[in-house]
Amino acid sequence: MSLPPQLRKISDTVWELPVGYKEGMRVPARIIASESLLGGMEAGVFDQAANVACLPGIINYSYCMPDGHWGYGFPIGGVAAFDPTTGVISPGGIGFDINCGMRLCLTTLTEEEVRPRIHELVDQLFFAVPTGVGCTGFVRCSQSKFRRVIENGSRWCLENGLATPEDLEMTEEGGCFEGADADACSDKAIERGFDQIGTLGSGNHYCEIQVARPENIFDAATARAFGITTPNQVVIMFHCGSRGFGHQVATDYLQSFLKVMTTRYGIKLHDRELACAPFRSPEGQSYFAAMKCAANMGFANRQVILHRIREVFSRLFHRSPEDLGMHMVYDVAHNTAKLEKHLIDGELRELLVHRKGATRSFGPGMPGLPDCYRETGQPVIIGGSMETGSYLLAGMASAAPTFYTTAHGSGRTMSRHQAKKMVKGRTLLGEMEQRGIYVRTASYGGLAEEAGLAYKDIDLVARVTEEAGLSRRVAKLVPIGNIKG
Amino acid sequence: MAFRFLEDIATADVAFEAFGGTREELFISAAAALLRTMAAAPERVERRQELTIRLENQELDLLLWSFLQELIFYKDARRLLLHADTVRIEEREGGFSLESTLSGEQLSTDRHRLLVDVKAVTLHRLQVVYKDTIWKAVVVLDV
Repeated sequence: MSLPPQLRKISDTVWELPVGYKEGMRVPARIIASESLLGGMEAGVFDQAANVACLPGIINYSYCMPDGHWGYGFPIGGVAAFDPTTGVISPGGIGFDINCGMRLCLTTLTEEEVRPRIHELVDQLFFAVPTGVGCTGFVRCSQSKFRRVIENGSRWCLENGLATPEDLEMTEEGGCFEGADADACSDKAIERGFDQIGTLGSGNHYCEIQVARPENIFDAATARAFGITTPNQVVIMFHCGSRGFGHQVATDYLQSFLKVMTTRYGIKLHDRELACAPFRSPEGQSYFAAMKCAANMGFANRQVILHRIREVFSRLFHRSPEDLGMHMVYDVAHNTAKLEKHLIDGELRELLVHRKGATRSFGPGMPGLPDCYRETGQPVIIGGSMETGSYLLAGMASAAPTFYTTAHGSGRTMSRHQAKKMVKGRTLLGEMEQRGIYVRTASYGGLAEEAGLAYKDIDLVARVTEEAGLSRRVAKLVPIGNIKG
Repeated sequence: MAFRFLEDIATADVAFEAFGGTREELFISAAAALLRTMAAAPERVERRQELTIRLENQELDLLLWSFLQELIFYKDARRLLLHADTVRIEEREGGFSLESTLSGEQLSTDRHRLLVDVKAVTLHRLQVVYKDTIWKAVVVLDV
């Protein structure tokens, strides 16, 4: 596609749309990409990044990460920080799947030990972790108990024997966004999500058995610090979010913001999907409290899934999770808004950072990281397509300009319908098995939509995040088993 | 059925166009497109349960948005896959009201070839227009 003529090259990995690109832009928009990745981005990416630059209170730039693609509201890969006093909060800057995120868990097993049992393992995981349309979880939870879950996140899991203290330490925000208020959530949201704890969902959500092969280790010392110490070590990566509860919270507040945005606060936008309210307004604060509940549901959901995964491994290998070394590397959210302190023009300021399909990437020594990662920087998990593998990276100090943010995945290049036209789910399943990746799926159509050809080159995306100083590669992890919704 | 999926809008999500000779037919077509997004063979969703919903909105496109959101809510909260059998829309001063009879059944992985879990209806490019005697809507779903 042709790039906007106003797009200016700032460096090999930074491209800028000036304020004059679109009426109402308050700051320029910056796309972080190589020339090749930039050329693959849809026109919608530039349009949406420019729309974000029009939002009140935005600081410095509207950013799009190297895996960016056309979404709704913000582009996927969109990042923007706002002054909490003059700025806004927008559900379209977070996404409907609030706290969609990635979790990575270690084992002491090797590929040689796991591969002979991969069918049993994946089959058992497929039954232990519900997937697909309308799935419900194994946690029997009343609506009143669910209100405690969403206010406490992984802490609720710890109290109920579904987590270890170390799990919480290895989760962004300790697995609980402080200030979550269940009263800010509608009864509808609670009814929609209370029985979905421990479910994967569908679309691009997955749980994968992966291998860290020696030739795919980029930084052995950091890999060791992250727990990857053995050749062909097996790890488990999964990707999911806050399920129907989070989707309903976002829907409810989008509707509520539409009603007041222009009439009460005089905010006019290019795209209604960016509906927003001043952060300090009653509506803005109420959404922030509800969004935190959804974020906590995301943490609890992934924690319960991890508990189920540990049970499956333990049953199959007749060893305890501790003995199998099933420690978490990290859990990181990629759809959130958070108050964080950042240095702006030499002054440390509190900002409301929206990340939509973008991962926090704190560098070494930053507050908020577990002690064991103070020297390495935060583990960053970038999920690739189920065919091509994923990356474990480390946060960098040089990510300060993007408010310490990096990519979250490989990013789609092809629509779901186009992918389904080109690939048949059953055929793909067979081909992947031939290549040593055993897949169980709730939907062959859904599987075809997630074929590797529908995504950007994950190796390139990961390399560009490193070249741009956002995150550095530690290891590439390749799949040998996968369950998909 | 009076809808078609669009390939060039919102790469990661699902977009469709729905049509109708009346506003009511348009809404029924949009509900059918939503059901087809989630189930490969909507005709196999039997009408075993019935329910009625009532909604209001000042804008017709936002009324469609709320209507489809209700169907998604019932998919998660009651595990129901639903057809829209009847829709009645009344225009009043300052807005629109809708009453719809929905029918369907609990989703079943054995009987319904389920495809993708729809998270929400986005406002991205949401449009309802009347042109050349046809009502047309464009809808992008987050999946």
